[in-house]
Parts: sequence; structure tokens; C-alpha cells
Amino acid sequence: MSDDPRERIIICRCNEVTQKQIEDLIDQGITDIEMIKRITHIGMGPCQGRTCIPLVAGIIARKTGKKIEDIKIPATRVPVRPVQMGVLVGDEDEE
Amino acid sequence: MKNKVDIAIIGGGIIGLYTAYELAKRGVENIAIYEKKYTGSGSTFRCGTGIRQQFGDGANIKMMKRSVEKWSNIGEEINFPQLKMEKTGYLFLLYSEEEVDRYKKNVALQNSHGVPSRIITPEEAREIVSGLDISEVIAASWNPTDGKADPFLAVHGLVRVLKKMGVEINEYTEVKEIKVKDGAVEGVKTDKGKVKADIVLNAANAWAKILNEKLGVKIPIEPYKHQGIVTEPLKIGEIKPMVVSFRHGGAYLTQESNGGVIGGIALKYGPTWDITPTYDFMREVAKNFSRIIPALKYITIIRQWGGYYAETPDHNAAIGKIEEIEGYYLAAGFSGHGFMLAPAVAEGMADLITKGSSTLPLEFYDPYRFQRGELREQAIQMG
Ligand SMILES: Cc1cc2nc3c(=O)[nH]c(=O)nc-3n(C[C@H](O)[C@H](O)[C@H](O)COP(=O)(O)OP(=O)(O)OC[C@H]3O[C@@H](n4cnc5c(N)ncnc54)[C@H](O)[C@@H]3O)c2cc1C
Ligand code: FES
Repeated sequence: MSDDPRERIIICRCNEVTQKQIEDLIDQGITDIEMIKRITHIGMGPCQGRTCIPLVAGIIARKTGKKIEDIKIPATRVPVRPVQMGVLVGDEDEE
Repeated sequence: MKNKVDIAIIGGGIIGLYTAYELAKRGVENIAIYEKKYTGSGSTFRCGTGIRQQFGDGANIKMMKRSVEKWSNIGEEINFPQLKMEKTGYLFLLYSEEEVDRYKKNVALQNSHGVPSRIITPEEAREIVSGLDISEVIAASWNPTDGKADPFLAVHGLVRVLKKMGVEINEYTEVKEIKVKDGAVEGVKTDKGKVKADIVLNAANAWAKILNEKLGVKIPIEPYKHQGIVTEPLKIGEIKPMVVSFRHGGAYLTQESNGGVIGGIALKYGPTWDITPTYDFMREVAKNFSRIIPALKYITIIRQWGGYYAETPDHNAAIGKIEEIEGYYLAAGFSGHGFMLAPAVAEGMADLITKGSSTLPLEFYDPYRFQRGELREQAIQMG
């Protein structure tokens, strides 16, 4: 294990993605948040990015000099809140 | 962006990227890819990850057998070992004698091409996926050498190697028009300027028709909305193979490497350019998934998305040379199985472009078969 402290800073707690992983991608020229999301699965965990997406946007802004407002944040997709399958099946049975 | 290239590829999905790789491997030097958004953003990043050889016709079986060989090695070959095909199998659950008869024939054909599929009992199916409700299952068609791969890693790995090989990848660059002069391709006109090219490959899948129509080329490829879902992670290994049930709305589902269940059902809309997820889809998924594996009732769906299947009338792609225009090639209309086919299609296409022919059965996907009224038997389609 290297002792780069950025390997111990978890940015996405749902999918265990570290600050180093994100910064490495930005260093490779991948600064599109959608692309970072697809490679690391940030924002795709149970919290749907409420925790990590703002942090990642901040890192991109700091490293690229872009303004936070100019960074495209991924669209939220339905379900807006996670939903249990049994709940959906329930409303079917009532029909 | 260069203003002159040898081969211009339109579309940075798995087909465009993989074909560029096969061309570069054959020594073609001046290749450029034009992608209107970012690589993978079309259908490729929205796909269900499945790779199978269980088709019902010889051509797709041969192509997929070659694809699986290539999927198995690509990670090593491009020095990106994270990318690997997981051979976790495809399990088709069968509920009627009629279905069993049909799958027995498919299995015999698959076996004759060296694919080790077989018909198994419901109990054997439950040994593979312990959570299955087998009370109405009468048999299953099982092939252990089918599986899945991660589209994000596939795109990332290919982009990385293409850059090293000197292929120019232009993201956020849309091709507005293919330029033709005296019956031959002259280049492409993009929103960032014109590029001269001797050869143009249309790998724009769902959007392929738009560019074709501007040239008067009529090949029936239409965009249909299909959807997928993913659940919260479950214990890894609970659902290793892709489980398919045509009895349950054409459901297909498997577990991703992080443990989430990914899949969909055959509820489609279109032709349409709208890919907004629908509530009906989510409810039908919940209903059908929890009939196949009852414990899924207690699992939570965390994400749902829509994407295109670029569909042709017989659900087989249109691949080949466009006869009317010298230097123009098409590989599009994958009808929901373009991710799995990509390695073989890329190999065939690269041979066709550089040598004029391929040993793979590309003629099966002849773009002119529709015009001639020679539709193929509908390919087995998921979702
Ligand atoms: C819900 C769902 C599940 C699926 N499941 C599976 C599965 O399990 N297995 C499987 O094999 N397949 C599956 N598929 C199908 C698979 O995703 C596609 O067949 C495959 O990704 C096609 O790759 P492609 O490169 O041809 O197309 P795409 O990935 O769509 O790439 C085409 C690219 O062209 C770009 N483009 C279009 N027009 C232009 C232009 N004028 N200029 C520049 N760029 C342009 C687009 O932006 C796009 O990125 C699924 C699809 C969906 C929607
Ligand atoms: S913290 Fe990243 S998805 Fe929840």
C-alpha cells in the first residue's frame, strides 16, 4: 500500500471510490463528470450521488480551474428515491 | 482535429471503437473517430452487459463464438486486465413443451458449432441460481461459456489503447453530413469543420439512418426505447448467470460485479427519440423479477434508465459496403445485441475494409436484404 493520503480519503462512500482514483482520471484528461461516473461508479450507489457528486464537482473545479456552475451535474433518474420491488408489486395486486 | 484522414468513423460506441482498434492493429495509420457526445454515451453505456452464444441461427452463433474468444482475451491484449469477460453463463428458463422443443433444436445447432450448451432439469437450474422459483419450470437451456463484461471498462480500455496507437478521438463533434463526389466518399462535414477521408464508416447505430437518408440510402433501422434497472447490491454470487424468462415478459437479469442486480423486460416503445424512463416499466420489472426469484421482492431498485435499440425488421444488424457510394460502409442496427457482437463485427469490418472480404459470415447481415425481401429469421432478442 502506498502512503499517498489521497488513497485514504473516500469520496464516494457507497461505492468506495477514493480521492486519488478521481484525481488520477482528471490527470488523464477525463474531466467530464458523466465519464468519471461511468468509470468509477460514483453517484451510482444507494444514495444516488447525493453525498459524492458535489464533492467530485468540487475536485474537478479545483483541478481544472472551471467554475462549479459550469460543471455539468448528471441528471437524476427515476426512481428519485429508491423503491422496493415488493411495494411496486403491491400496487399491481390491488388492481 | 486533422483535416485529412484515411478512415473516418462516425460514432464512439463499442462498434466504432472496437473497429478502430482492429483497423489500427492491421496497420491503418490515419484513423479518426467522431462522437457527438462522449464515448459510450449512446447505447453502449446503457446496455445490459450480456454476452451469449445461444442464438437460433448459424450466422449469429458463429459470430458470437468468435466474439467470446475475443472478449476472453481483449483485456490482456490491450494491457488492461480489469476488462475481462466473466463466463457466468446464460440460463433460459422454459415453461412449455413447445419452448423446450424449440430450445432443443437451438442447442443441437449450437453444439454443431462447438458451443457447449445443453438442456438441463429445473433442479439443475436451481443449483445454478438457488433463489429460483422452479415450481412451473419444466427445463432450462444452459450454456456455461456465455457471460458478461463491463461496458464502462470496455470503452475506457479501448479509448486508452486507441490513443496510444495514435487514433484521433473527437468527442462532442457531430457529423452533420457525409460528403460524396462522383459516386465516392469525399469526407465528413462536422460541426467543428470539414475533414477529407477516403473511407467513411457509419457506426452511429440508432442514429445511422439520419446520415443514410441524407445520401438517399434507405436501410430500415429505427430507434426504439428499451429500459434497464439496477438494484442495491446483494451478496455477490447469488445470481451468477444471466437468467432469461420469456414467460415473464421477456425478463433478463443478472448480478453486476458490485452485487447489484441489473436487467430488464421486453417492454418497448417507438420508434421514438424519447428515452425517458417509464413507471410502467419499473412496475412490470418488479412483478416479473419477483416471480422468477421471489426474494427479489425485498430488494430495492436504485436506478432506472432508457436507451435505444436500433432495430431492423428481422432484429439483425445491417453490416457491409454501401454499393451506391464508393468508400462508404455501414455497421448499425444491432437490435439489442451489439455489445456482445462488437469484437467479431469489428474484426469482420476491418478485414472487409482492408482486404475486401472476411471469413466471418458477414453476408448474413447484408444491408440490402430488406430491399430484396430476404429477411432473416428473427434473431433471439432480449428485452
Ligand atoms: C436497456 C438496454 C439493454 C441492452 N442490453 C444489451 C446486452 O445485454 N447485450 C448486448 O450485446 N447489447 C445490449 N444492448 C444493446 C447495445 O447497447 C447496443 O447494441 C450497442 O451498444 C451498440 O453499439 P454501437 O456502438 O453500435 O452504438 P452506440 O453505443 O449507440 O454508439 C453510437 C454512437 O454514435 C454517436 N453518434 C450518432 N450520430 C452521430 C453523428 N452524426 N456524429 C457523431 N456521433 C454520432 C452517438 O452519440 C453514439 O455514442 C442493450 C441496449 C439497451 C438500451
Ligand atoms: S456516496 Fe457516491 S453514490 Fe452514494
